[in-house]
Amino acid sequence: MIAQGTAPALKYTAQNDAAEAIHVENLHKRFGELHVLKGVSLSARDGEVIAIIGGSGSGKSTLLRCINCLENPTSGIVRVNGEEIRMKADSHGHTVPADRKQIERIRSKLGMVFQNFNLWSHMTLIENVIEVPVHVLGVKRDVAIAEAEKLLARVGLAEKRDVYPAYLSGGQQQRAAIARALAINPRVMLFDEPTSALDPELIGEVLKVIGDLAREGRTMVLVTHEMKFAREVATHVVYLYNGLVEEEGPPEQIFGAPKSERLKQFLRNVG
Amino acid sequence: MARPACYIIGAASTRKSRGHKLSDVLATIFGASSLELLSFQPPNGRGLSLLHGLANSVGIAFGSFGVGLVIGIGGAYGKLYGGPVVRDLLEVYTTVVRAVPELVLILLLYFAGTDLINQLLTALGHAAIDINGVVAGIGVLGVVQGAYSTEVLRGAILGIPQGQIEAARAYGMPPGLLLRRITLPAMLPFAIPGLANLWLIATKDTALLAIVGVNELTQTTRTAAGATKAYFTFFMAADALYLVLTLVSNVVIGRVERWARRGMPSIAGSH
Repeated sequence: MIAQGTAPALKYTAQNDAAEAIHVENLHKRFGELHVLKGVSLSARDGEVIAIIGGSGSGKSTLLRCINCLENPTSGIVRVNGEEIRMKADSHGHTVPADRKQIERIRSKLGMVFQNFNLWSHMTLIENVIEVPVHVLGVKRDVAIAEAEKLLARVGLAEKRDVYPAYLSGGQQQRAAIARALAINPRVMLFDEPTSALDPELIGEVLKVIGDLAREGRTMVLVTHEMKFAREVATHVVYLYNGLVEEEGPPEQIFGAPKSERLKQFLRNVG
Repeated sequence: MARPACYIIGAASTRKSRGHKLSDVLATIFGASSLELLSFQPPNGRGLSLLHGLANSVGIAFGSFGVGLVIGIGGAYGKLYGGPVVRDLLEVYTTVVRAVPELVLILLLYFAGTDLINQLLTALGHAAIDINGVVAGIGVLGVVQGAYSTEVLRGAILGIPQGQIEAARAYGMPPGLLLRRITLPAMLPFAIPGLANLWLIATKDTALLAIVGVNELTQTTRTAAGATKAYFTFFMAADALYLVLTLVSNVVIGRVERWARRGMPSIAGSH
């Protein structure tokens, strides 16, 4: 599926002096009494592929969703593209974005791919892909359509352009969702367990698309349960346990020579 | 027994002998003299005034349904996403309007409402105005429709898979665009059955306005029937017009529903 020989050579294209696309510092998130994130820091430089792994309830999806404020962090710093998301306390004492326009601007640079695809059911695939470029980013419709056709062809769905999502398999829907994310020409792509809702035989086609994007140097933050895949495409792996970073490092170290007992245990369980 | 009647009407209207085949049949049922009352020839024929009444009824139904939709969209949004004060106010509105008989509401809003407007106008130094019955009818029924629409649309919005709303937020859609491009079209399939009911109720609720003297179909029918004593003829004619309105509505509703459900596979056996 993924050419083992070529991966390492491309994996280290990210330079240490590359600009920091995402910077998360001492992030906390509480849901009422539940303290989900207890001070997590994370950094993604241009060209890096950050894989976040961890058990159920470790906070990995919450961490990803805090980056584009689908969940509002309780405290901590999130910088996207060097721009810090300004937060304020609302009348109930919850932390909310201080500036809606800023959040919308930042979000339109982050291409999010969801576990359940979340394609818009009343739009055909091509309409799904051009929706944000045309209506949020102000791209001309014909330009957006031409671009969207290329992207759909790229994920192998050119002939499905006028089909509604409900008529497609999960793997096809997820590939269309990736095309939708690519259409905004995102600075960073965020993947929230992109293969967890798929039948086993459909996982491969989606991982292939994501793997191709990783190898061409797309900056990505990827929450995943696919350890083999994370090892192949990630430049940096973060293992979360109980709302904290338990161990992080290059994939060779995390998967080949884990230090933490909990990580060893986790890898034994998922392996 | 009926045959002579046919010949009588045939003789009475030799000047326009074409197109009377149906009238011949109807005349056997209703009697010749009363059927002539439905013709479009004044002074005896009152067909035109019935059609005028129908036009007013349709206009009021359209207007009140539209006003109800606008109130309903705002109401549903307020109930789902508004602050505590907004939610409580809307709860009072929907509860009171749905608790009080419509006839009572119509009497109350029509007389008290127009009186209030005129008192306001005189207080502001303007002359009192004579409020058009059709406009007042639209206002009164619109308030009633709005309460029911609020609940229909609230339910429909809750029926949208939340991931579709989340995806729109994740791509930086501002609230107004999200409402227009995602929420409204995505909730439509869930709202159509309830809204279709409301539309048909609106067409028939216009009849209640006869009580306050609005010149809609029931009122014109009552006037015509009272003046000619041909009650059966006129009320059967009005019934037929209401039935035609419903049948035409059903065709339109069917088309709208097929369009709204375009992204959803049809349920097996439904087509």
